[in-house]
Amino acid sequence: MIEIKDLHKSYQTGSSSLHVLKGINFNVAEGELVAIMGSSGSGKSTLLNILGILDEADSGSYILDGVPIKNLNETVASRYRNKFLGFVFQSFNLINYKTALDNVALPLYYQGVNAKDRAEIAMSYLEKVGLASHSHHLPNELSGGQKQRVAIARALASHPKVLLADEPTGALDTTTSYEVMELIQGINDEGKTILIVTHEPDIAAMCKRNVILKDGLIIEDKQIVQQRAKLYV
Amino acid sequence: MFNIERWQEIFQAIAKNKLRTFLTGVSVASGIFILVILLGAGRGIQNGIQNQFAKDATNKIEIYPGITQKEFKGLGIGRETQFKNRDYEIVTQKFENFIDNRSKLYSVWSGNIVYGKETGTYRIEGVNPNYQFIENASVIAGRFINLSDIEHFEKVAVIGKKVSTDLFKDTKSGIGKNINVSGTIYKVVGVFTDPGGEREESRVFIPVTTAQRAYSAGEDIRSMAFTMPKRDNFDQALAESENFSKQLDKILKERHDIAPDDESALNIQNSLEQAQKIYQLTDIIQAFFWFVGILTIIAGVVGVGNIMLIVVKERTKEIGIRKALGATPYSIIAMILHEAVFITLISGFIGLIFGLLLWAGIGPFIESDFFSHPEVDFNIALTTVILLTVAGAFAGFIPAYKAAKIRPIVALRDE
Repeated sequence: MIEIKDLHKSYQTGSSSLHVLKGINFNVAEGELVAIMGSSGSGKSTLLNILGILDEADSGSYILDGVPIKNLNETVASRYRNKFLGFVFQSFNLINYKTALDNVALPLYYQGVNAKDRAEIAMSYLEKVGLASHSHHLPNELSGGQKQRVAIARALASHPKVLLADEPTGALDTTTSYEVMELIQGINDEGKTILIVTHEPDIAAMCKRNVILKDGLIIEDKQIVQQRAKLYV
Repeated sequence: MFNIERWQEIFQAIAKNKLRTFLTGVSVASGIFILVILLGAGRGIQNGIQNQFAKDATNKIEIYPGITQKEFKGLGIGRETQFKNRDYEIVTQKFENFIDNRSKLYSVWSGNIVYGKETGTYRIEGVNPNYQFIENASVIAGRFINLSDIEHFEKVAVIGKKVSTDLFKDTKSGIGKNINVSGTIYKVVGVFTDPGGEREESRVFIPVTTAQRAYSAGEDIRSMAFTMPKRDNFDQALAESENFSKQLDKILKERHDIAPDDESALNIQNSLEQAQKIYQLTDIIQAFFWFVGILTIIAGVVGVGNIMLIVVKERTKEIGIRKALGATPYSIIAMILHEAVFITLISGFIGLIFGLLLWAGIGPFIESDFFSHPEVDFNIALTTVILLTVAGAFAGFIPAYKAAKIRPIVALRDE
C-alpha cells in the first residue's frame, strides 16, 4: 500500500538547514496497523506529513497504492488526499461552526457527493463511531473523546485507502484514549490500513507493528503482539 | 460557480460573524448610497440647467444677410444679399419636416414711437405669429400677432414690457390704445416679457406683412429665424441643426449667386453652439459626481477586502482542514470570492434601494431654478450593480489568493 525508498527532507531555518529525514525506507502492506514512534524532533511528524501529501520530500520515492507521489500541483495533491487518505489529528481539527454531521460530510462535499447522499453516508459513519445521537451537536458541545470519534468518522467518510493519525490520543485521558484505540482497532479489523504517530508506549502496544524513529532514521521496525484495547476499558 | 452547496457554506460563515459582516456591509451600502445620491443630484442639476436654458429656445437658427467678398459668375464683390419672400417660402417648404417654429422678419433698428406726450426710440420687428416661440416671449396682457393680422396687413403692435412701462407707466393700460410708429398709427394689442431681460423687452412686434408695406419694402425681408424640434440627445440635436444650417447655406447661396465658399455673404447663427457649452458643463458635473462616487465605493470595497483578509487570517486553520480533507485551491478561492461578492452585492443593493427611495421620496419636493427632477435611471442602477459585482470580486481576490496559498501543514500546526 505504501512504499517509501530513501526519503530525505530538510527544512531551511534562516541560513542553516535542518536535515529532518535522512533516508527512510519503509513499506506498509494493506490492513496493517502501524505505530510510528520517536521522541520529539525525531522526524515522525514530518514523515506523516509527507505520507499525507501535506508536504513533499526533497528526494526519494513515495508510492501510494501504486501511484507515485511526486511533483504534484496543489489541485492534484488535494484530489489525492481526498481520495486516498483520511486524517485524524491530535487537536481534532473539527470546524467549530459545523455540526458533527456536517463535519463528517465535508470530505464528501469535496468529492462532489450530493447533499442527500452526504447526509446519509455521514450518518452511517457517525453510527459506526457511536455518535448518531449527537449528529446535530456542534464540536464545543462534545467531549474530547466524542470530538475525536467525530474526527475519525470524518476521516473514514471519504472511504480512504489509508488512515493517518497524528497523536490521536494526545489530548485525551487514558480511559478515553483506550476507547478511541478500541474504535481504531475495530476499523483496522475490517481491513483498513492505519498509521498512528504516537509517543505513548501503551498506545503503540495496541498496534500490530512499531516503527521507531530517531534523528531522522528508522532505528527499529518490529511486528508485535497486539494488545486489545477492549481489555483495558 | 454558484451552486447551492457553496451558498450554504457562505451562510454558515456569515451567520457566525453577524456583526462583522454587518459593519462591512454598511461601508459598501453607504458607498453606493452616496453614489446614487450624487448621481441623482447630478441629474437634477442637469435637468435644472437644461430647463433654464430651454426657456430661450435652445435650437434656434437665424439667417442674416451679409456682403459678398468673392466674385462669382462674373458678379463682383461688395454685393449686399437681399432676401425675398420667395426665399422664405422655398426654405420653409423644403424643410417642413425639420423645422418647428419659423418666421421671416422685417426689422427696423430704431423706430420712433409716440404716445401722447411720451416718445421713445425702440426696435421695430415685423414678425410672424410663430416668432413668439422662437423668442420665448410670454404675453402678459392682450395677445400676440396672429395669422389674421398677417393676412389683412393689420396695423397692430405687441409691445415689450419696457416699452409699455415707458409709454403707459404700467404693463396693462396700453392695450387698445393707439401709438404712432414712424408716422403710422398702430393699435396696441398685447404686452410681452422676454427671458432675455430689458434689452429684449425694448422691442415692438408688428405683423411682418404690415412692416413690409409700411417701410415700402415690397417683397424684401431682412432675416429668417427658425427653431428645430427639441431632442433629448444633444449630439443628435447638434447634428440636425448643423445639417440644416449647411443645407440652408447651400440653397440660399445658389439662389443669390454667391460663391459656395464665401463666408461673409450669409450669416447663419446657430444657438446650439452656446448650448453645447451648457451641456458640457453638466457633463463635467456628472463626471465629477461619478468620480467622487466611485472613490467612495472604492473606500467601501477596500473595507470588504480588508475584512476578507481578516476572515482568511481567522479561518487559516479551517482552510487548512478543508485542504487536508481534499479542498482544491480553486474551491477555496471560489469560497472566499463568493462570500466577498455576496456581501458586496447584498449591501450594495441595500444602499442602492435606500438611495432610490430617498430620491423617490424627496425628489418631487425639490424645485429650484437650477435643480429639478433628480432621478437615477435604470441604466445607472444597472451600471452600479455591475460595478458592485466587479468590486466585490476585486475585494475578494487578494484575500482569496492568500487563502489558496495557505499550506495545510502550516495552518494545522498553529494552535
